[in-house]
Parts: sequence; structure tokens; C-alpha cells
Amino acid sequence: MAVVSFYLVVGFPKPAYAMHIMEGFLPIEWAIFWWVVALPFFVLGLLRLNRITKANPELKLLLGLAGAFAFVLSALKIPSVTGSCSHPTGTGLGAVLFGPLTMTVLGSLVLLFQALLLAHGGLTTLGANAFSMAIAGPFAAYWIYNLIMGASGKQKTAIFLAAALANLLTYVITSIQLALAFPAPVGGFIASFTKFAAIFAVTQIPLAISEGLLTVLVWNWLQSYNPQELELLQLIKGRNHSNESI
Amino acid sequence: MNQSSKSLNNWFLILAVLGLAIAPLIFVRGAEFGGADGEAETVINEIQPEYKPWFTSIMTPASKEVESLLFASQAAVGAGVVGYAIGLYKGRSQQPKE
Repeated sequence: MAVVSFYLVVGFPKPAYAMHIMEGFLPIEWAIFWWVVALPFFVLGLLRLNRITKANPELKLLLGLAGAFAFVLSALKIPSVTGSCSHPTGTGLGAVLFGPLTMTVLGSLVLLFQALLLAHGGLTTLGANAFSMAIAGPFAAYWIYNLIMGASGKQKTAIFLAAALANLLTYVITSIQLALAFPAPVGGFIASFTKFAAIFAVTQIPLAISEGLLTVLVWNWLQSYNPQELELLQLIKGRNHSNESI
Repeated sequence: MNQSSKSLNNWFLILAVLGLAIAPLIFVRGAEFGGADGEAETVINEIQPEYKPWFTSIMTPASKEVESLLFASQAAVGAGVVGYAIGLYKGRSQQPKE
């Protein structure tokens, strides 16, 4: 870890402020493209959210917790080894609990709040930012969790890696989105991607680890104090359930 | 795992997160830790010098102080809801079963 940190510090001394894509900083055709890509996920997410709360109203508080977790984590601007600050996304927890589409809605709402009130991100870039943070991240978290649970059954490891890698992937996607919109005159997409990834993804590495740890922390609390609802969620998702106890 | 080793574990998690946040402040000397969203903007300007943002934010916080107020509020509201939910679950789970 120390070696990695040292390499990162020496290798990338540039100050960076890894955040979402700023208002107006995507050409209009790309802004529209990502809006069109993100909207169907959002609509499906609303339908799913509706279904969950209708079938199991008692889960509303846990939904609120998942949304609030993303809300608080994306407000924390944490210093990173690159000498700049960035924030976690908090979408992994909800994606593992409720499935990725639910987090599409909650994550988009967090982004909307920050775009409107904080001039952080933007409305024109909301589609792109929603795709990276509220779609790609949660889906990755969900798949990684299931993959590791299926392979090893180690739940804490699965939660940690799901949250951490979803966080990291969010910013890799952001770099891809920027590189697609701004390919370098020399070297094209790859050259641009390398530059943006050095800013966005590298800063994010320690924050991804932090997010993984915080997600495990909240998971520990839920497991201690609310095991019955975690059990219920397993039923809803229809996985890993052999004893038909209800 | 019993309850006390679980809560010990949780403390380790909290300490690790704090360590990850504080270590850069100690070991990365002379860094700015922030500024505006400038760095990506600089790279975009390098790649396409003629690009101008075609839309500006509808509302920008009046000052750095107002911005930090809003960020602090976001964190406080979020943490409040998380704490409320966990607290409620904890209280419920410790109620004697009838």
C-alpha cells in the first residue's frame, strides 16, 4: 500500500479536483446522447421503486437509508494522494440491497440536488453524470457482489469490493465520456482517456477504498440490528434462498 | 462473531477511513487539495482550445462560505437520516419480545 501510494504521489503530482463533469463542458450532441441513454434506466428505476414500496412498505426506511448514504458520501470531499480532493459516491450499498435500478433513481436525485443548488456537475451534463454514477456504478456493484458471493460466499469481501470498484468505475466512465467528447488531435480517444483517467480515476483510488470500508460499516450495523429486513430483501431478489420459511 | 469483536471491527473500519483521509494531508506536501473544478477544464482547454462551455449553472453558491454551508447541510441531512434509521433499527432490535 505504501509503495502504491508513493508511486501515485510521485507519478501524478498534478493537483486535480475529481468530480463530475461540469455544466456546459460536454458538447451538446454528447449531452443529449447521455440523457437519452440514461432516461430509460431512470424510468425503469421509478417503476421498480414503486413496486418495492407497494409490496413492502416497511422497506421505505431502508430505502431512505440507502439514499441518505449516497447523499452524505457525495458531500464528503476527501483529500487524496494526488494532492486534490474528490468524493465517494455511496451507490454500492443501495445497489446491493435493492438492485441497481433503485440506485439509478436515488443517485440521479443526489446529482440533481448538487447540480441545482451547488453548481456541482450540471443539468446539461446530468445525463452523462447519471450514467457514470447512478447507472454504471450501481450495476457494477450489483454484479460484482453476486459474482463474489457466488464464487466464495464471503459477504464482507463482496460488499467491500462491490462498493469500492463501483466507485472507481464511476470515474473511469467519466474519463471515457470526456475522452469521447474531446479526443486529442494526436493520439485521439486513447490519449485523452489517459489524461482524464490520471485526473479522475487515480484520485479516486483511496476514496474507493474508503467507500468500501464505510459500506461494510453500515452493512455491519444493519446485520446486527436489522437482519430480518436483509433476509426479506434476499426474498425479493429471489436469490440464495433455499428455506421457504414464509 | 460475538457482539464485542464486531464493534471492535467497526472501530477499525472507522479508523482506516480516517487514516486514508488524513494521510495525504500529512504526506503530500505543498499540494493544493482542491481549488475549482479546474483540472479537467485545463485538460479540455489543452485538447480543444476553442471549446467554450455552452451552458452555465442556473444557480451558483454566492460564495465559498455559502457553498461549504450547502455541502455541510447535505452531509448533515444525509448523516441524520442514516443515524435515525440505524438508531431506530437498534432500538427495535433491543426491545424485549412480548
